Amino acid sequence: MATREITYLEAVREAMSQEMRQNEDVFILGEDIGVYGGAFGVTRGMIEEFGPERVRNTPISEAAIAGAAIGAALTGMRPILELQFSDFITIAMDQMVNQAAKTRYMFGGKGKVPMVLRTPAGSGTGAAAQHSQSLEAWMAHIPGLKVVQPSTAYDVKGLLKAAMDDDNPVIFYEHKLLYKTSAEVPEEPYSIEIGKADIKREGTDVTVVATAIMVHKALEAAAQLEKEGISVEVIDPRTIVPLDKETIIDSVKKTGRLIVVHEAVRRGGIGGEIASMVAESEAFDYLDAPIKRLGGKEVPIPYNPNLEKAAIPQVPDILAAVRETVKYK
Amino acid sequence: MASKLKNAQLDAKKALETVEDQFQMLQILNEQGEVVNEAAMPDLTDEQLQELMSRMVYTRILDQRSISLNRQGRLGFYAPTAGQEASQLASQFALEKEDFILPGYRDVPQIVWHGLPLSQAFLWSRGHFQGGQIPEGVNVAIPQIIIGAQYVQTAGVALGLKKRGAKAVAITYTGDGGTSQGDFYEGINFAGAFKAPAIFIIQNNRFAISTPVAKQSAAKTLAQKAVAAGIPGVQVDGMDPLAVYVATRDARERAINGEGPTLIETMTYRYGPHTMAGDDPTRYRTADLDNEWEKKDPLVRFRKFLENKGIWSEEKENEVIEKAKEDIKEAIKVADAAPKQKVTDLISIMHEDMPFNLKEQYEIYKEKESK
Repeated sequence: MATREITYLEAVREAMSQEMRQNEDVFILGEDIGVYGGAFGVTRGMIEEFGPERVRNTPISEAAIAGAAIGAALTGMRPILELQFSDFITIAMDQMVNQAAKTRYMFGGKGKVPMVLRTPAGSGTGAAAQHSQSLEAWMAHIPGLKVVQPSTAYDVKGLLKAAMDDDNPVIFYEHKLLYKTSAEVPEEPYSIEIGKADIKREGTDVTVVATAIMVHKALEAAAQLEKEGISVEVIDPRTIVPLDKETIIDSVKKTGRLIVVHEAVRRGGIGGEIASMVAESEAFDYLDAPIKRLGGKEVPIPYNPNLEKAAIPQVPDILAAVRETVKYK
Repeated sequence: MASKLKNAQLDAKKALETVEDQFQMLQILNEQGEVVNEAAMPDLTDEQLQELMSRMVYTRILDQRSISLNRQGRLGFYAPTAGQEASQLASQFALEKEDFILPGYRDVPQIVWHGLPLSQAFLWSRGHFQGGQIPEGVNVAIPQIIIGAQYVQTAGVALGLKKRGAKAVAITYTGDGGTSQGDFYEGINFAGAFKAPAIFIIQNNRFAISTPVAKQSAAKTLAQKAVAAGIPGVQVDGMDPLAVYVATRDARERAINGEGPTLIETMTYRYGPHTMAGDDPTRYRTADLDNEWEKKDPLVRFRKFLENKGIWSEEKENEVIEKAKEDIKEAIKVADAAPKQKVTDLISIMHEDMPFNLKEQYEIYKEKESK
């Protein structure tokens, strides 16, 4: 397959455009996704290609966007809805949690809501308390929803294809700071199975499970630690529901040490789930050190750029955690 | 300064009064079953009029039987419908089979008359998963439980129908209380912005559980809420089947002609409790109010109207009643025959293809169930 380097943002757009070219039932709806191109420019150029009925620029109305997506899906359409910032999922919450997640179940297995909710998450853009959160653990708690968090341009294209092909609602978290990152991405459409982790770097001394932007921070830390003679394995679950337990458990059995890193507030974050899952598994016997969780502080994301950085794990925090963990023999 | 302004549009109160004055209740048949609005009379054949009456009688029996089945523990969740037959059935009567209904929890009769087998409505009431398995070609959603949530979904169904080129509409129902939800406004506004072929019905039955409509909103009518969304709104006598029929028929026609959605407020009353789950309406309604509304009864006035036309009789009505009782007995039998639900059934209906995380749980329960 021919590849070329494109950005994460372009990969998202390409995945949608390719799908929309071959499937008339797929359409996008969201705020300012028309001529404006969406809050981050992801849909730029799409309304020109697909027209206003397939790139539906909506009123500022998150509950209606989510509800209309469900309704359209009930008629056989395959909507992709974009929320400008993942924080606004709070306004669409009833439709996602009480409706989309349960529609198939409440229709006795016969209702179908093939929809993808795409939304940018995370801090780092100076967008402050209400435009910077990472609330994925909320969605991960709801039976009936799948939750995807790609960290690279390659992953985002393949996972978005899989999400669009899925006949169940998928919450698709894009990270704002990753939009401009690049990778080699195949030109043709391809699918990455939802529920398959990726070992982003192999190692033998400690397993670091990291999500979204933290994958890159963990890789940066791993490169530095290599110089100190510490071999770090970095695992990106890529989808947190369903979670690829096997890859994580196998890795911990090999390294005997586990650190989980995410940007979301540590308390109640998905890291707790991963740590518990490992503690309950056969990997428990292999642990040489206490499991560590790194996550956001229990504060709203600050506007001040220095404090904004301090509110979430950074490379030095990962370095310190790894060094401390490998002390246990 | 302000005293010098003469522009009437700057008189905010006047603007409101002007709008509110426009919302006068449409009535065709009065409480005595007399035609009071000849010009608005729909062009329905005698057979159609008889059919509508039959459905209302049938549904009144269904309501009585459902209440008693619920009391016997043979039916689960039930929201009584008596008093609202015109509002529910005459609006459904104006639809075509291709039209898609998104009901609230009290709107089971409409979806049954739209094609959902009664036995499935009973299974739904019992929380059996087979109750939600809408048969192919029956264009209805299962009744919505979250107040107002169906309104935003209706906008989406309507857009889907439009995209597919169907000459059909999406129609939804909520109550007076539902109009206080954000979803209510978001739904009508969204549908309006896209001229989606939708009909939004508010069945104003005067009480949202115990809260009277006067405490729900300062708005004089609920139909006028359409003005804020820039769509047509109409208030009709919800105890008058002909008025409800006409308003729905006209809304449908506008919708399929590309003129967008309509909001219809039907002035009605539920005689019974909110649901069978312990509500006692005497705590918040007076007997006088109940009596006042029972005088407006849709069956009584429509019966008089049809009898005057010489197309209805006690004998005919008894036939319908017997048929209803027979059907209900049969439907309960069918519902009783549904297999007992297992945890594995519930796990397997969650996803199109069972993800591996659920497969683990599935295996655990399968093992337990095999013992």
